[in-house]
Amino acid sequence: MSKLFLMFFGGRKNPVWVGYVFITVALIILPFLVEASMGRTWVRILDFALIYAMLALGLNIVVGFAGLLDLGYIAFYAVGAYTWALLASPQFGLHLPFWAIIPIGFVVAGIFGVLLGAPTLRLRGDYLAIVTLGFGEIVRIFLNNLDHPINITNGPVGINLIDPIQIAGVSLTKSHEILGLEFSGAHSYYYVLLFLLLATVFVCIRLENSRLGRAWVAIREDETAAQAMGINTRNVKLLAFAMGASFGGIAGGMFASFQGFVSPESFILLESIMVLCMVVLGGMGNIWGVILGTFLLAILPEVLRDVSGPIQENVLGRVWLDPESLRMVLFGLALILVMLLRPSGLWPKR
Amino acid sequence: MDIFLQQVINGLVLGSVYALVALGYTMVYGILGLINFAHGEVVMVGAMVFLTAVSVLGGGPLVLSNSTIIVFAVLTAIFVCSILAFFIERIAYRPLRNAPRLAPLITAIGMSILLQNIAMMIWGRQYRTFPELFQIESYTFAGANVTNVQLFIVGISIAIMASLLAVIHLTKVGRAMRATAESPQIASLMGVNVNTVISLTFIIGAGLAAIAGVLVSANYSIAHYSMGFILGLKAFTAAVLGGIGNLTGAMVGGILLGLIESIGAGYIGDLTGGFMGSHYQDVFAFLVLIIVLVFRPTGIMGERVADRS
Repeated sequence: MSKLFLMFFGGRKNPVWVGYVFITVALIILPFLVEASMGRTWVRILDFALIYAMLALGLNIVVGFAGLLDLGYIAFYAVGAYTWALLASPQFGLHLPFWAIIPIGFVVAGIFGVLLGAPTLRLRGDYLAIVTLGFGEIVRIFLNNLDHPINITNGPVGINLIDPIQIAGVSLTKSHEILGLEFSGAHSYYYVLLFLLLATVFVCIRLENSRLGRAWVAIREDETAAQAMGINTRNVKLLAFAMGASFGGIAGGMFASFQGFVSPESFILLESIMVLCMVVLGGMGNIWGVILGTFLLAILPEVLRDVSGPIQENVLGRVWLDPESLRMVLFGLALILVMLLRPSGLWPKR
Repeated sequence: MDIFLQQVINGLVLGSVYALVALGYTMVYGILGLINFAHGEVVMVGAMVFLTAVSVLGGGPLVLSNSTIIVFAVLTAIFVCSILAFFIERIAYRPLRNAPRLAPLITAIGMSILLQNIAMMIWGRQYRTFPELFQIESYTFAGANVTNVQLFIVGISIAIMASLLAVIHLTKVGRAMRATAESPQIASLMGVNVNTVISLTFIIGAGLAAIAGVLVSANYSIAHYSMGFILGLKAFTAAVLGGIGNLTGAMVGGILLGLIESIGAGYIGDLTGGFMGSHYQDVFAFLVLIIVLVFRPTGIMGERVADRS
């Protein structure tokens, strides 16, 4: 895999720009290829995979770079999603434009990151893991119950009719025809999300090679030694929490506007665990590995959904096992097998 | 006062089940430094196997007394869970003993998903009710109600915990386990077979989990394929609260968490002037956990541990 990558980016005979042009064109036509070969649902799945990739890159800052195990990361995604939902839906009658909400969501999620980080600075390893897990549950329970005495989140029902992104008065969820091609909502969102993901990747790469990034790695490897080297571990750890959380917040906002509906059910513990699996399975600390892991884990369950029922019918004559649980069994098996075969992830950092 | 006493009693019953499960987490963590996420599912399998065994034995050609059925069914549950835990360790954890720290965490999560869904295939999606094997009697004590099931749960838990402590501190096997927890390398130099000790730890933990599964389904008179995950989570919280890796800590943490939850559920409405209802009992439990860890970063009874990388 990395050889292929080198061929495009590092090979001497192929100039770098050939690779870039090739990848750009591939990314631009991807949704149309996907729609033509597998149908529109798969464009939506692709969109969700892009959102998850942003989320996983945010978690990668906390877990992969700074080595702080976070089991409640989905809370920041929830904060971002609800910020968007409250500021652009009939819930409070507010309809702010997207360019105002994105920075607000970024800041609010960042504040929640610090809120989680501050009391847990002294905790190490698995103690931190359980506190973050508790934090994630606390946020979800509040979202689930803040419909009384004052109705803020609409409780378990969730918030509906969230505004989509509107650029120059054009709503992205409607279908448009440009140059004879039909752009559905899923297509338009694909480009917005792709842009955001690339921006996230850019920020992550710059962060990784910065003074701050090196400080994170130093803390991950040995906190005491890092402190002895003059790193202000408190501030650096808080920054890791805050930045990871802000990325999650933006991803959450995108999720809310793309889906048009949020409810606490989307932010259960299993989702946090899923995002963590994406990071670790892909290769913790390696940006490209994390993206690979995300796409595999976001797409695999959907493939298994399509496969687990029909295959039984074709091979065994009728559906013997509940396809839904068979799908999850295979998913669990895949997690175990990948980790057994490649303990440092599919595409680890070298 | 009677409401308070009632909540304390409910809390003790809940807490002793948490403590039994938390012991399984803490023993594995003490030796391997691993959060065994699949442990909660072992509890669920224990409850399910027990219920199946009861219906098989009760409906069979032999006419058995209810107590015989219970004893055999519990033994079956312990046996199945021990074998299950043995294989979980062999397949998902042993090959990864020297791998990066998060790799076994992911296999543990995979195992948990796997077991939960296999259980759903075997036992179905519906709730299973606990059979009427004994007469439930209720006693009134200073204005609070106690049933014989609740007394039984607390009694059995205390007996099991006491015998576990005795095994760990008084027998040769227990000494080997403590040595392995200190340092696997040095323990193996001293002639301890580390692999056997680790397998044994998983088996003992699974036995406790099986009993906890039976007790918890007896308490709520219900069992479900998804019951293990939340229970495991609570028990893990309890183990951390007490100081993970510490056996007494797991027991204290379990009882404490049970008390916090049930007292919290009873009084949280009054404390916040009706703003928060009993839905917030988990918030309350986790807040207490965070506050305890802020002041004692390694739990109530935990010792300062070196960072593992």
